[in-house]
Amino acid sequence: MTQVVKQPVPVTPEAPRLGNPTIRRFKRDWQLHLLALIPVAWILIFAYKPMYGAQIAFRYYTIKGGIWNSEWVGLRWFMRFLEMPQFWEIVGNTFFLSLYSMCINFPFPIFMALLLNVMRNQFFKKTVQTISYIPHFISTVVMVAILNQVVNPITGLYGYFYELFGGIGVPRDIRGIPEAFPHLYVWSAVWQNMGWNTIIYLASLSSVSNELHEAAEIDGASRWKRVIHVDLPAILPTVAIMLIMRMGNLLSVGFEKTFLMQNSLNLKTSEVISTYVYKKGLGGTSADQAYGTAVDLLNNIINCAMLLLVNWISKKASQDEVSLF
Amino acid sequence: MKKNATATATPAAALQPKKVGVPLEDKILYTTVNVVMILWLIIVLFPVIFIVASSFSSSTAISTGRVLLWPVEFSTAAYKAVFQYKMVWNGFANTIFYTVVGTIINLIGTTLCAYPLSRRTYQGRAFVTTLFIIPMFIGGGMIPAYLNVRELGLLDNRLVLFIPGLISTSNMIIMRTFFTSSIPADLQEAASLDGCSDIRYLLQIVLPLSKAVMSVLLLYYAVGHWNAYYNALLYLRTASKYPLQLILRTVLISYEGQDVNAGGAQAMKEQAGEAMKYGLIVVTTVPILLVYPFIQKYFEKGVMIGSLKG
Repeated sequence: MTQVVKQPVPVTPEAPRLGNPTIRRFKRDWQLHLLALIPVAWILIFAYKPMYGAQIAFRYYTIKGGIWNSEWVGLRWFMRFLEMPQFWEIVGNTFFLSLYSMCINFPFPIFMALLLNVMRNQFFKKTVQTISYIPHFISTVVMVAILNQVVNPITGLYGYFYELFGGIGVPRDIRGIPEAFPHLYVWSAVWQNMGWNTIIYLASLSSVSNELHEAAEIDGASRWKRVIHVDLPAILPTVAIMLIMRMGNLLSVGFEKTFLMQNSLNLKTSEVISTYVYKKGLGGTSADQAYGTAVDLLNNIINCAMLLLVNWISKKASQDEVSLF
Repeated sequence: MKKNATATATPAAALQPKKVGVPLEDKILYTTVNVVMILWLIIVLFPVIFIVASSFSSSTAISTGRVLLWPVEFSTAAYKAVFQYKMVWNGFANTIFYTVVGTIINLIGTTLCAYPLSRRTYQGRAFVTTLFIIPMFIGGGMIPAYLNVRELGLLDNRLVLFIPGLISTSNMIIMRTFFTSSIPADLQEAASLDGCSDIRYLLQIVLPLSKAVMSVLLLYYAVGHWNAYYNALLYLRTASKYPLQLILRTVLISYEGQDVNAGGAQAMKEQAGEAMKYGLIVVTTVPILLVYPFIQKYFEKGVMIGSLKG
C-alpha cells in the first residue's frame, strides 16, 4: 500500500520545480525549525555568549567598558597567575586530587561490576545493586554533612571507633588536618558513586554472549579465568571510552563538593582551581573577575587539549575502533 | 588442541562435570565474591543507619558519642526541632516549587531540541547537533556565565534556577536516541503522506509513544533540581528564595570549619544543634529515597539508552 503511494512522490510535478533546494528544504522543515528555535536561541545565549565573554581574560575588565571596550592587556592575567606564589599549590592540589580520584574511582566500579557479574544468586545480586545505588541520590550538601557527622571526633563514628580501639581522650578532628582532606574527598566519593558507576559496565557485560562462556568452560577455563579472558575484554571498549571522558577532566576538580568540604584549616590541600576562581570572581572587583576568567580559561583549554590528545592516542592505538568523534 | 577435539566430540560428557558440582577453584571465587559483596553492603549501610539511629537518640547520648547502630535513649526531639525551624520549611517549599516547575520546563525544552534532531532528514540536524556538542567540552567558565546572567537581569530572580539549566545535552541525546531508535521512521513518512504536520506528529504520535524516556528524564531532572545548590549559591541573594540545599549548607556545614579544631568544649556547646542536624539530614533525604525503589529500573534504563551513543 505505502509503496504504491510512495512511488509517485519523486515524480510529482513538484520535483522539477525551479528554486533553490535549500529554500525548498527550509520550507518543508519550517515547523521543525520553529521547534528548534528556542533551544538554539538558548544555547547561543547561555553557552556561546559566555564563551564570547571569556575574552575579558585578555582585557582590563571594567563594568563601564564592558566586554568589548575594556582595555586589551594580552596575557597579563595569565602571567599574574603563573607568577603567583600560590600557583604551584593550587595547580598541584587540583592535579593531585583529580589524579588520586581517578586512580581510585575509575577502576573500582569496573572491578565491582566484574564481581557482580560473577554472582549466581540473582536475588542477592539485585539487593547489592539496589542498596549500593542509594548513596548516589544523596545530594552533595547532605553527603558532606553526613561525612562531617561520621568523622566527628566526639559524636561521630570516628570518635566511637577511636575509643573502641583503645584511643584515649578526644582524637584530633581529621577535618582540620590538611593531609587528610584528599583521602576524605576521594573515599567518600567511592562510597557515594561506586555502585552507580557499575551500571554502565554491567550493561556491557550483559551483552557478552553465553556461547563464549560455554566454549571457554568446555575448554576447562575456571570462572576466574573467564572473568579475565572473556568478561574483561568484552568491556574494554566501554572502559576506554569512559577513560577518555575522564581524561578530559584531568585538570578539574568538581567545585561543589570541594567547596563544601573546605575550611580554613585544610585550605593548604583543598584550594583547587575552581574554588579559587569562585572566590576571585564573585568576591572581588571587576579586575579580579577578569583574572579569575583567565585562570578558568587556562584550565579549560588544558582540559580540552588533554581530551583531544587522549582521544587521538586511543584512536591510533585501536585503529579507529575507540574514539569519541 | 587434543583436549579441544575430545570435548567437541562428546559435548554431553564435557558438560557433565558442570552438573555434578562446581570445581573447588570456582567455589572459592564464588565465596570470595559473596564476602566482598557483604562487606560492601555493610560499608554502604553503616553510615546511613548511624545517621538514622542518631536522629532518634537523645542529645546527651549523641554528644557523649554512645550511638552506633541503634537509637540510645529514644527521643524525637531532633525532629521536633526540625519541624519548628521556619527556614527549613521555607526551603522545602521553594525546592518543591523549583523541582516541579523546573522539571516541566526542562522536559519541554529538551523535547523541543531532541525531536527535530531525531528526524534524519531535518535540514539543520548537523548544525544544531554540533552547536550542542561543543559546549560539552569547552565553556566560557564560571565568571563569564555569572556576568551573562547579571547582564540579563536574572540575578536574584527565581527564573535563574530554571533558564540557564534549561537543557542538559546528555539528557537531550538520550531522548533523541530514544526517538530515533524506538519510533520507526516509516511511521513519520506514512503520517506525512496522510497530511500530518511535523508538530502534530510530535504531539499525537511521538509523545504518547515516549512515556519510558520521558519518565527517565523526568526523574533525572527532578533529582537534579532537588539536589542542586550551585546555581542558587551563585545567583540568588535573598534568603527567602533559597532552595533547601542552600539552607542545609548554612545549617549543616557552613563555616563550622572555622572552629573545627577548638576541641571538646566547643562541641559541647553545639550539642543541642547536633541532634537536630541528624534529623535534618533524614528529613531532607527521605523524599528521594522513598520514591527511589519505584524508579530504580528507569534510572538504569536511562544509563543504558545514554550509553548507546557515547
